This record gives sequence, C-alpha cells and structure tokens, in this order.
Amino acid sequence: MPLHALAALVLAVRTQTGLAGPANTAPFPFLNTLILVPAAAALVILFVPKKQTALIRTIGLVAAMGVLGIAAAVLDQFKTSTAGYQLVETHPFASGLGISWNVGVDGVSLFLVLMVAVLFPIALAGATEKENTKAFTVWVLIAEVGCMGSFLSLDLLLFFLFFELTLIPVYFLMVGWGRERRGPAATKFFLYTFAGSAFLLVGILSLVFIHASQSGVTTFDVIQLAHTHLSGTADVVLFLAFTAAFAVKAPMFPFHTWSPDAYATSPAGGVVVLAAVMAKLGTYGIVRFDLSLFPHAVVVLAPLLLSLGVAGIIYGGIVAAAQRDLGRLVAYSSLAHMGFIILGAFALTGEALSGAVLQMVNHGLYTAALFLLIAMIYRRRGTTDVRNLGGLQRKAPMMAAVFTLVMLASIGVPGLNGFIGEFLILAGTFLTHRWWAIVALVGVVLAAVYLLWGYQQVFHGPSADAAADERSGTRLFRDLTLAEGLVMAPLVVLIVFLGVYPQPVLARITPTVDHIINQVEAVAHPHIPALGRASLSAHTTPAPTRQPHHFTLHAVLASQTIVGIGDPGAGTAAVQGRIPTKVASR
Amino acid sequence: MMARTLLAASTLSLPHVNYTAIMPELIVLGGSLLLLAVSAVTPRRLPTTVYAAMTSGIGIAALVASLVLYHDVRQGGAFVAIAHSIDVDGFSVLVMTLASCVLILTPMLAAGFFERERLGGCEYYALACISVGGAMLMGAANDLVLIFLALEVLSIPLYVMAGLDYRREGSGEAALKYFLLGAFSSAIFVYGIALVYGATGSTNLGEIAAFLSHNVLVANGVLYGGMALLIVGFSFKIAAVPFHMWTPDVYQGSPTPAVGFMASIAKVGGFAAFLRVFISSFPTLSQTWKPVLWVIVIITVLVGAIAALVQRNVKRMLAYSSINHAGFILLGLQAATARGAAGSLYYLFAYSLLVLGSFGVVAVVGGRGDSGHSIERYRGLGRRSPLLAGAFALLLLAQAGAPFTTGFFAKLYVVEAAVAAHSYALAIVAMVSAAIAAFFYLRVVFVMFGDVQPVPAPAGDAALVAAGEPALVATAVPHAGLLEPAAGASGGLLLAEAPVLVEQDAATVEPSTDEEVRDGIVSAWTWAGLILTVGATVVFGIWPQPLVDFAQHAHLLF
Repeated sequence: MPLHALAALVLAVRTQTGLAGPANTAPFPFLNTLILVPAAAALVILFVPKKQTALIRTIGLVAAMGVLGIAAAVLDQFKTSTAGYQLVETHPFASGLGISWNVGVDGVSLFLVLMVAVLFPIALAGATEKENTKAFTVWVLIAEVGCMGSFLSLDLLLFFLFFELTLIPVYFLMVGWGRERRGPAATKFFLYTFAGSAFLLVGILSLVFIHASQSGVTTFDVIQLAHTHLSGTADVVLFLAFTAAFAVKAPMFPFHTWSPDAYATSPAGGVVVLAAVMAKLGTYGIVRFDLSLFPHAVVVLAPLLLSLGVAGIIYGGIVAAAQRDLGRLVAYSSLAHMGFIILGAFALTGEALSGAVLQMVNHGLYTAALFLLIAMIYRRRGTTDVRNLGGLQRKAPMMAAVFTLVMLASIGVPGLNGFIGEFLILAGTFLTHRWWAIVALVGVVLAAVYLLWGYQQVFHGPSADAAADERSGTRLFRDLTLAEGLVMAPLVVLIVFLGVYPQPVLARITPTVDHIINQVEAVAHPHIPALGRASLSAHTTPAPTRQPHHFTLHAVLASQTIVGIGDPGAGTAAVQGRIPTKVASR
Repeated sequence: MMARTLLAASTLSLPHVNYTAIMPELIVLGGSLLLLAVSAVTPRRLPTTVYAAMTSGIGIAALVASLVLYHDVRQGGAFVAIAHSIDVDGFSVLVMTLASCVLILTPMLAAGFFERERLGGCEYYALACISVGGAMLMGAANDLVLIFLALEVLSIPLYVMAGLDYRREGSGEAALKYFLLGAFSSAIFVYGIALVYGATGSTNLGEIAAFLSHNVLVANGVLYGGMALLIVGFSFKIAAVPFHMWTPDVYQGSPTPAVGFMASIAKVGGFAAFLRVFISSFPTLSQTWKPVLWVIVIITVLVGAIAALVQRNVKRMLAYSSINHAGFILLGLQAATARGAAGSLYYLFAYSLLVLGSFGVVAVVGGRGDSGHSIERYRGLGRRSPLLAGAFALLLLAQAGAPFTTGFFAKLYVVEAAVAAHSYALAIVAMVSAAIAAFFYLRVVFVMFGDVQPVPAPAGDAALVAAGEPALVATAVPHAGLLEPAAGASGGLLLAEAPVLVEQDAATVEPSTDEEVRDGIVSAWTWAGLILTVGATVVFGIWPQPLVDFAQHAHLLF
C-alpha cells in the first residue's frame, strides 16, 4: 500500500529529524512550513544566477518534494473521526486590522492540501518550458504558496490575501510561456477573477462589521464569524457576494467564459496550476465559507445553485462535444465537472458533500494528467487541434494507453477515481433533489460522448494529414519518454488507487462533512434538535453523533448495492467513512 | 520678559513660539536656505549628486525630528502651540514623518535624471525642501489662514518645478497650466475661508468646531457656501474629479522626477489639511458634506480608472491612475471616522512610495530628452532590463492592490472604513474601479514581459481619433479585450473636455533608438531609491503590523 509506504517514510523522517515526541509538547509547525518552504525556495532562486538552470530546477523540485513530504506528515498527524480544525497555528499578523495568521486543516482541506503537494512537483517536473527557467520556477513556487495558503487559512482575510496572490503567478505564467493569443486570454482571466474578488472583499468586510457590532470584536476568524446572527436579507446578499468570487474562480456556469481561453493558451505547468489546483479554490470556498457562514442562505438558494450546477453539466458537455481543440475540450469538460461539485455542495446531504470534496481531488488529478498529455502532444505536433491529429495510437501506444486510462477516469468509469466522487454526488443529490440528479445523469453520458469522440479523433482514424506531419518536420511521433512517464506515473497510480480504495480518504472527509451538514440542517429544520453552530469552535471535538437522517438508510442501501458492482470495498467506505475500520482493506 | 516689554510697548501681541513643535518644518525650510547658500558660495557648480545627498540628509534630519515629536506625543499627549495655530498630535507627526520620507526618496530618484539631462543646480532640491515644509505645515496647521499659507508654500515650488526643464516646450506649458489653475483654486479656497469666517466668527479649526457644536445657525447658506468652496479648493489640489483636468497635462509635460514628487507631496499636504478641516471642524455637519464627497468619490474612482484605459502615454496613464488613487483616499475621509482618517493616512503612505518609485522608473525609461513615454518604449523591457522592469511591475501591481504589498492593505483599510460606515455601494464601486484599473497596469506589465510585436490598432479607434485626440490614441489600445468599446467611448468623452496643450508625444510613438534602456545605465542613486520604495512596499505588505499601528496612532486632536 503506498499509503503505508508514505507513513513509513514520514516516520523515518521524523525519527531522523527528532520531530517525533509526545504529541502535546510544542508540535512542529507543519502547516506554516507548508506555506513557507516554497516561499523560501522562491526567494533563494531569486539570488541564483539565471544561467544555472539545472541548479534552479533542482532547488524548485526539492522544495516542492519537501512540501510533499511535510504534507504526508500532516496526513500522518491528522486525527481521523474528528470534525474540527487540527494542527491549528495562530500568530499575530496585522492585529490592528483584526487579521491574524491562523492556519489549520480539517477533513475538507486535508486532501486538497495533499493534492497541491502532489501536483506542484509534477507541474515543475512536467514543465516543458525551456526558456527562462528561473522566472518560471519562481512563479510556480509562488503559486504553490498561494494555493497552500488559501486551503489552510482559517482567517477570512488571510484566505483572501492568498486567494488573490494566486492570480499573479498564473498571470505571469500565461503571459511569459503561453501559446498564441495568450495576451487577451491572460488579461480576461485576471480581470474576471479580480472583479469577482471585489465582491468577496466587500462581503468579507461587511460580515466582519456585522459581527463586530454584535460581539464588539473585530476579527476575521472563520470560527468566530460563524456565530454571527444575520438577518435574512443580509445572509442572502453576503452569500451572493461570496459566491460571485468563488463562481468565477471555479468556474461555475455562467461565469466560465474566461476559462476555455485561459486553459487553451496556458503552458503545461501553468495549466496544471490553473485548471487542476486553482479551480478548486472556488469550490473549496463554497464548501468552506458559504456553507458554514451562511447556512440560511444556502438552504434558501440551494435550488438556484443546483440548477446552475446542472446547467453547467449539460452546457459544458454539449459545448465540449463541439470543440476541435483538445485544450478547450478539456476546459468545457472541467466546467461540467465543476457543475457536479456544485451539485454535491448544495444537495445538502453528507454523501453528496463527501462526494464533492472527493471529486475536487479527483478532478485535480485527472485534469492535471489530461493537460500534461495535451501539452506533450502539443510539443510534438505544435497543435492541439483534433483535425490535425489522428492515428497516434500506432505511433505512441504507451501514450494512448495512459490517455485512455485518464480519460476513463474523467468519464467516471467504475474502478477509477472519477466514479466514486460522481456516484456519491449523484446518489446524495437524488435523496434530496431527485430531478436535478436525473438531469445531471445525462451529463455522465455526455462526458462519455465527447471524451471518447476526442480520443477517437486523436488516437484512431487516419494518420494525421500530411501537412501536419510536414510542419513538425518528421513523420515520427515519439511515444512517452522516460521522463514523461515518470511525471505521469504518480498521477496514474493515484487515479487507480483512489478508484479502488477510497476508504482512507473518505474516512477523513466524512466527519467534517457530516458536521457541516448538521449545522446547515440545524438552520433548515430548527425543530430537529441538532448541535448548534457553536460546536465548530472546539478545534478537536469528536464528531457529534448525528441524528439519524431520514435519508441515510436509503443511502446506505443504495450505495452499497451500486458501488458494490464496481468494488466491494468502496461501497462500505462510501457510507461508513466515519468508522475507522480495517474491514475494507483487501 | 522681552516679549512682555515689547507687548507693553506696542499693541501687537506676540505669541510664545514653541520651536520643538515645528522643528521638522524648521529643518526642511532651513535646509532649503542651506542648499541655496551652498550653491551661492561655491565658485564652481557642484555635481547634482552633492545636492541630492544633502537633500536626503535634510530629509533624514527631518525624519528624526518627526520621530522625536512622535515619541513626545505618545508620551505626553497631543498639544496645541503658537497661539493655537499649530496642532501637534498623532496625525500631524505622521504627516511630518511621511513628508520626510518623501524628501529622503525624492532626490535619490531624481539625481540620475538631472545628471542625464544636464540640468544641474540646486533649484530642484531647494524647491523640494520648501514644498515638503509646506506639506508638513498643512498637516499641523490648526487655523484656516495658516492652512492657506501652507498651501501656497506647498504649491508655488511645484509650479516652478513643472517648468524646470526649460528647453522643452511642454515643460513650460505644464508650468503655466498648473500655475493658472492652481492660482484659481487658491482664490476659491481663500473665498471659502472668508465665508466660513463670516459664518462662524473664527478661522481657528477648534473654535469653528466649538462654535458649531454650541450654536445652531438659522440661515447656514454662508457656511455651506464656504464649505463648498473649501471642498473645491482641496479637490483641485488632490486632483479629484471634476477638478482634475489639469492633472494629465501637467503630469505629461513636467520633468518626470518632478511629477513623482508633486504626485506624492501635493496629495500628502492636500489630504492632510482636507482630513483635518472636515473631520475636526465640521464633524457636526458631516451629514451635509458626506453626500457631496460620496458623489466625488464615485466619479473620481471611475473616471480615473476608465480614462486611464485609453492612454498610450505612460505618464498620462499614471496621472489618471493617481486620480483613481485620490478617490480611494477620499473614501477614508468620506467615512468621517477615526478609522477612515487612519485608512486615508495609511493609503497616503503606501501611495506616496509607490508613485515616487513608479515615476523613478519612468524617468529612467523616458531616455534622453525625457520624451520616450509611449507605452511602445516599454515593449520587451523585461528582457532588456529585467531588474528595472521587475521593479516597475511590482510597483504597478502594488498600485493595483496585489496581495502582500502595501497597496493591498491601503485599499483594504479605506474600504474597511467605508464598509464600517455602511457605505456599501461606495465600497463596491471603488473595488470594481480597482479591477478596471488593474487592466491598464497589467497592460504595461504584459508589454514589458509578454509581448514582443506591436499590435495593430483596432478599427474602432478611428472614431476616437476624430473626437480630437490624435496624439493620445494614435495607435490605440492593444489586446482588444472585453472593456475596450465602453472604455474607449467614455474615455474619449472625458478627454474631449480637456483640451491638450502639450503634444510632445505625437512624434515619438516608436521606441526611441538613441540608447537602449538597460539595467546598466541606471544610476546607483536610482537603484537605492527603487530598492527603498520596492522594499518598503513588499516588507510592509508581508509584515503589515508596524505601519498599521503607526497609522492607528494618527488620532486627531478633536
């Protein structure tokens, strides 16, 4: 089991560095290190001469691998069956303004942090950008700082700072190393997200002052702000202000128009950061902030957002089927997948929300893999237009095999990671919002249509036309090189691993998710006795034994039957994630 | 004793002069005399760097004096001095500190320019000292008459500076335009003082406030008229719309380092007095003047951001961007709270350093003759001169409000103040304007780092050219993105209202070929100035606590 191997590695590292020790004596600041290591590496690289590209690449990779190691240690330290924030670290930052450096991790953010830690070394190693390695590496590392910081921040303004910070490196990556027509695409991307953030900032400040007028304390602490009593209108307005920024970032239909251009023109390293990691900031924001800060508005507006999610699934699917550019195809398919995540977030059942969180990680993995493969094709052929490609399977069987696997994961074929997330989302949505789930099912079919069609065009059929062959100067099309294979290998392993054995992941996600759903339900159905919103404030409270939800039983039956077809372990895991049991291991 | 005897002899009453209260002003004004004296007694002309070093030294001395005063105020509390005409409070010492910092940085970023242009002499530096003295006095003055005097001390050197590059026609025109409009606005300001005096019986800010809090005016037309004229006068100084017309032309025509200086110090002085007069004298009437400022803020942030979109001249673009910033600083005043005043002051701090550094880079890139300010000249700068381009990109991004820079916390602070005062619409409009503004900052960044080939002008700009702005939109906007049509139309309208006297850039749209801008040609002084401005921007962006604390101690003596 790779997980055990990781744990062993972590243990070895800890004994080596003397980190091991009684848990309650000044724990190692894991989370701060996650943010500071890439920042420090970026700073170091600034002082390395530009010519030393090998050294620069090494420093970058070592730092990113170091972050991965620390993230693995965080996974090791993380207490399963706990809903609250863990490994919390608080330092004064700008206390004059009520801002503090407050970081922590819970079931929602844990695997996103791990995903960031996994994808950035891959983005660095898989980068094909040869010129100006120094600037490239620095920007990628800064992007890692921004993404890590966003997922770890428990202070709204600190989150906003990191959330905004991610824009700058990605803009420069697009501008400096992108493909043709990158200028307008980069500017459009920046302005859309920046304008969305304007609403988020004003929303954050309004919430903080409403809270300050009630409690007398000016704070941006998420946990304290969750106690704010908001009037119905204020709740809805603030929810919309927050969601505007997250919807643009995700992107969510109809705020997605920047994304196809941006995804299609970004360089390989940039698009991994942008599509695989940064997109999750939007959906993460929805799950983390919208659901816990504005439960009332969430209940009121859930039908609207579910509809937008479903619209995204259908629209993304249809438009993706009409694309001739692979990058744009995956961009629209991402839109559809984001629709699934939105669906899961607003279905307001534990299953759907667990699925949404898991799907964020899944989508990060296979989208990164798809875009890396597309970049490899682009490097060989100078185009990603399906009309100029074709018959590549005979020339590059290995690449075709990897592409097939990743594509199947993206379609949601059982046994691969995409299935578990999508299934949980659909099953959970079906319980509370039947018709939305039924329409969304069409999206699953559409995904198969456009991805298989795209695959057919590129890898089967007649060989690429002579013009394209001439342009690249050779009729040869190299298969995956060893380096490329090494870049793809971890992604493929994770895609398969999460597909067959998601139990350890779900076991850590579920307590937090159940807690969030409990809170929302406490607002939606005040007559059902449930633990109040206050309980989130305790950092390591055990998950409250939840009132049996009247849908849960059906969920158990449904998911066990259906998931059982794919894999017996996954079925139990999906619903019993709360129980840390080894039953599911095979 | 002496004073007593004199007092007995004549009927003129001389107040006790507390020299420590005005020590920073004395240092900078004395410093200007020192500079003039040195240049008069030395037989041969000294190199400009000597004057620059002396000026920075004077700035450091003033900074020390300001910090000593700051310490006194923290220990002993605020006080008034010299017949209640000078306030020594957290606010005034902060303004002094800021003005001292501006005086330290200005010569660093100007020396290289004056050396290159062979405009030797001590004039620029002496004028800078006088102007800084005026700005300090504006922050400390507790009397409308003194504020007027300080305003003139601040402004007149700036008029001269605008015309310092006597060989270039544009410089003279800028000076004339600035002087005429400045004199006009001063006249309006004085008339406002007269009306306020007529209505309240005093020019002392404290007495005005006391009078207004104890009395209810039956007919307040005169007072409102006076307040309105004061707002107009201040708005001219800080370049708030619709009193901003002079800004782009003056910024475009004046010698570039002088622009950086006037953009920072005029706003420091203007805002300091604006904040003090309205927050400490007219707090009881805030319901009357807040709506006026509400309108001014909205049009200022929007016009600044939108008009900048269509500029092809970087100096003009930065001029409109400074108008946008003025709107943000006004946001703090509009809130009319202590938090708002602190926010405005923090914004002034961040803005002053950013704008000084930005114009420092522009002065270098402008090249010999100070004429290469077309955006075309920045194309590929990131490759030819990575350090300079990197510094400029950072300063521009900070102006756009990028996180982990002082620019972000500045915007956060004033928007926070606006939200706390329940001005939600203002806050949203301001933030949206920041997003619009990000577009033109990014365009420069993109031109420097991403783009290698010039982009042909889109056809839609023909209409704009016909509207009477041939010089400015000749090659129009690059990447025709989403904002162009609307921005072009409104920008054209706004520009059409301001007839342009200065047309220096019409012929120099192509990158000038006389000397390529490289990191190597930048003087050590300029590097020092850029390192300080960029360093402060980043360090206080990552570690905002000290500067935030500092701004929060800016309590006005109410």
